[in-house]
Amino acid sequence: MEKYLEILNYTIYGAAILLLLIGLYGALTKKSLIKIVLGLSIMDSGVHLLMISIGYLKNGTAPIFSPGHENELAKMVDPVPQALVLTAIVIGFGVTAVALALVIRLYKHHNTLRIDEIKNLKW
Amino acid sequence: MKKAIILISLTILGVYLIDIFTGIGFGTQHFASGVKDAYLIGSKETLKVSNVVTSIVVNFRGFDTLGEVTVLFLASMALGGILYKKRHDVGERSVLFPSTRIVMSGAKLLFPSIVLLGAYVFIHGHLSPGGGFQGGTIIATGFLLMLITYRNYSVSHNRLSYVESFAGILFIGLGLAGYFINNSFLANIFPAGKLNDLFSGGVIGIIYVAVGFKVAAELTGIIYTVLHEKD
Repeated sequence: MEKYLEILNYTIYGAAILLLLIGLYGALTKKSLIKIVLGLSIMDSGVHLLMISIGYLKNGTAPIFSPGHENELAKMVDPVPQALVLTAIVIGFGVTAVALALVIRLYKHHNTLRIDEIKNLKW
Repeated sequence: MKKAIILISLTILGVYLIDIFTGIGFGTQHFASGVKDAYLIGSKETLKVSNVVTSIVVNFRGFDTLGEVTVLFLASMALGGILYKKRHDVGERSVLFPSTRIVMSGAKLLFPSIVLLGAYVFIHGHLSPGGGFQGGTIIATGFLLMLITYRNYSVSHNRLSYVESFAGILFIGLGLAGYFINNSFLANIFPAGKLNDLFSGGVIGIIYVAVGFKVAAELTGIIYTVLHEKD
């Protein structure tokens, strides 16, 4: 029983790695350009979840000194991964926006979203 | 065949990652707590900012945030460049069907409160969860609501770029002021105040307001550009 509870502890890591792998699988195998961008975006979420869960502490609180919680310094979770993920989310948004703009351009040029029909992309 | 190879290599990658992360352990203190404690104590004692994530993003790693804002600006510029078209060639907004009266009055009713919520989130970024990026995004969702509800609602591109440039100049100007007064780029030049006060943390609140305006203008510009794509 305790061994299974031990595994439960790693559920978040498992879910995050699963998201990462699902995104990578989608980006590698799908033919539609929109689905590839979606795959990259899912991969992004997986990485964010992974980074956030590294900083987690059991029974920890948010790293905010709100009134009445000024002295809970030892209980607070690590704020550094959270700050890094805040940056990563914004960068991920920028990447997705530019990728979708490129998809729009490609669609106008070739009238299709399937990469196997766009011959110029083959090398 | 190709899919099988990809699946096998992804499985190997997954097993490898899970092995690494079970080694790290979940929910325990597994980093040397020096960095964490330095940030927590520095934020509480010297900066007087209660939201530690904000103080890391804007003060301890403020230069990083300047780069992040620049990346967002470059993304919106690249989007405009890729989807560039001449001024008289701007198409009708690609809204498929006109919205009903309920949606129209609902949007009109909701828009001011969405903008107010966004402003609240970025003004209180150093006291509660939230901050410039989040508040700016909330304001941009308000503009998105208006843009997809009303076919002839338009946002002045000039005004957006004025807001954006002014906010960016304010950010860099505060950084330079820190350099000239306290010998370090983005150093705190205002008194720190009291913990959990609205006017605490010195320069942090002002920078986050600037970031909020900048992000809101940029995201609204991106939404506007994409919505006006002709098909």
